[in-house]
Amino acid sequence: MSIKDRLSGNEAVATAMRQINPDVFAMFPITPSTEIPQYFAQYVADGRVDTEFICVESEHSSMSACIGAEAAGCRAVTATSSAGLSYMNEVLFCAASLRLPVVLAVSCRALTGPININHDYSDSMAERDSGFIQIYAENNQEVYDNYLQAHRIGEHEGVRLPVMICQDGFITSHALENIELEEDEAVKAFVGEYCPENYLLKQENPLAVGPYGTSPYYMEARVAQAEAMKKAKEVILEVAADFEKNFGRHYGFFEEYRMEDAEIALVIMGSSAGTAKAAVDELREQGVKAGLVKVRVFRPFPAEELAKALSGCSSVAVMDKSEGFSAHGGPLFADTAASLINAPRRPLMINIVYGLGGRDFTVSQAKRVFARLENIARTKETGPVYTHLGQRDDREEVQ
Amino acid sequence: MAKMTEIRWHGRGGQGAKTASLLLADAAFMAGKYVQSFPEYGPERSGAPITAYNRISDERCTIHSNIYDPDYSVVVDETLLASVDVTAGLKEGGALIVNSEKHPEELRPLLKGYTGRIYTVDAGAISRKYLGRYFPNTPMLAAVVAVSGILDAESFLSDMEESYRHKFATKPQVVEGNLKCLAEAMQEVKKHE
Repeated sequence: MSIKDRLSGNEAVATAMRQINPDVFAMFPITPSTEIPQYFAQYVADGRVDTEFICVESEHSSMSACIGAEAAGCRAVTATSSAGLSYMNEVLFCAASLRLPVVLAVSCRALTGPININHDYSDSMAERDSGFIQIYAENNQEVYDNYLQAHRIGEHEGVRLPVMICQDGFITSHALENIELEEDEAVKAFVGEYCPENYLLKQENPLAVGPYGTSPYYMEARVAQAEAMKKAKEVILEVAADFEKNFGRHYGFFEEYRMEDAEIALVIMGSSAGTAKAAVDELREQGVKAGLVKVRVFRPFPAEELAKALSGCSSVAVMDKSEGFSAHGGPLFADTAASLINAPRRPLMINIVYGLGGRDFTVSQAKRVFARLENIARTKETGPVYTHLGQRDDREEVQ
Repeated sequence: MAKMTEIRWHGRGGQGAKTASLLLADAAFMAGKYVQSFPEYGPERSGAPITAYNRISDERCTIHSNIYDPDYSVVVDETLLASVDVTAGLKEGGALIVNSEKHPEELRPLLKGYTGRIYTVDAGAISRKYLGRYFPNTPMLAAVVAVSGILDAESFLSDMEESYRHKFATKPQVVEGNLKCLAEAMQEVKKHE
C-alpha cells in the first residue's frame, strides 16, 4: 500500500535512501542538495539506518570515498549540486570506467558565473560525457521513483555503471508537494541486496581496481563501457516495468504528453515539462494540436525512440536549460537533432535556451514557443534556429 | 482544470514566511488537498525581503513557475508595503492580508491605487499574548484560512491541534498557545469586514 505524504524533493530522495539503507554515504554539503545529507544524518542519529556516514572535506573526496566503498563491494551513495559536481568531475569518470554503480543524487544548480544558487542544468549537462547514467525528474514523486530504480539499473550485471538521479534545484528540491511513498519493506524487496560477483577485498578472487591501461588495452575497456551504456537502455525499461508491476507508476525513457496526433511539440526536461503541460492543455482546448516529450533518461540517450516519437510533427522546439556555448545550441538539442539525422521524415527544429540561473519559466512563455512552432509549421521557415527565451525587459529573441 | 487557489507570501528572511507557507500546505494536505509550497530564494540574508508561494487544489498541479496573479497576497511584515509591490497581479476578487495593528483603510494609501479587499490582523500582538514572543506566522496562517475559506475552519483547527501535538511532543505546553493564536487570528482578521 502506498503511503500518502507531502515531502520536498530533497526529503523524498533522503527517504528513498533511508529505505534502501546503503552501506556508505560519503557526504559534503552544497546548496541546494544539502538537505539530503542533513535529513540522512538525522536517520543515522536516530538509528533508522546502519549506513557508514562519512563526512569528508570536499566533493572530490565524497565521490572518491564512494568509489573506494564500491570497489570493496559496498553500496555507496552521495548527493551534490553545481560546483560540487564540477569538483567531482575527475572522479566521476573513474567511477564510470571502474564500472562502480555509485548512485549520486543531484539537485541541479547553475554553475558560476556570475555566482548563482538557483536551478539550471549546467552542472549535470557538463557531466554528460562522464559515463554516468542520467535520469531526470519533473517533481518530487518522480525523483523518489527514479531513485528507487537507480541501484537496480546501475548494479545490473550487464550494466555496472554509476547513476545520477537529477532533480531541479529549489524548484522541486525545496518544493513541498503531495507524494506517494512505498512501504519500507516493499522498497527493500524491490531494490534487493547488492552482491557483486567480484570486488577488491574478495579473498577467493582478489582483483586490481584502476590499473594503468596501455594503448593495446585502453580502447577495449572504453568499448566495453560504451556497450554497457547501450545495454543500460534495456535494463532501464526492465526495471521500470517491474517498478510499475510493484507500485503502479509507469516510466519509460521519456513521457509523451498528448503526442498522439501532435503537429507541434516541445522536447523538454524536468519541472518545466509540468509547466509546459498546462500550456499544451490550453492550446488543445483551442484546437491546436500541441504536445510535448519530457526526456527522463538523458544518458543513455534514447535516440531511436525519440526520433520515432517526433517523426509525425511538423515543427519541434528543443528546450535547453543550460547553455552549452557551442554557438550552435544546447546539449539536448544536439542529441535530439542527431537522433533524427537519418530519419526519412523529420520535423523542422529550433532550439531554445531558457531558465538559466533560476530564471522562471512560465505557461505564457511555453505558449509563445508554441506560437513560434505554429508559424514555422505554416511557413516552413524556422527563422533563427538557436535563441534565448525569457531575458530581462521582455527582450524577445524572435517576435 | 479544477479550481486552484494561489497564495503569495511576503516576509523578511528569518520571520517565518516560508514556514507559514509550509504550515498552510500541511493543513491543506491534511484536508485532502493537493498542495505546493515553495520559496523563492534570492540573496539569502536575515531581514531581506523574501517570497514564498502556495498552490492548493483538488487535482495535482503540474505548473512549477512562480505565482504572478495570486488569489491572496499575505504580508507578514508591514514595512514591506513601502518597498515591495505586494498587490502586483493580485486577482480581482482576491484579497491582501497584512500583519498590522492598523485599520485596513489606513494602509490603502500605500498600495498604489489598489482597490481590492484589504484585511489586517495584529499577528504580532496575538503571538506575544499567547506565545510570549514575536512569531507572526501562526496568526497569519489562520488569517489566510479565515479569509480565503479554502479549508473548513473547524477541521483546520483540529488538524492543526493534531499537528502541533506531534510537532511539539517534547514541549506540550506550547500547543495551547499556538491553538489560541490560530483561533483569535481567525476572529480578529474579520473584524473590519
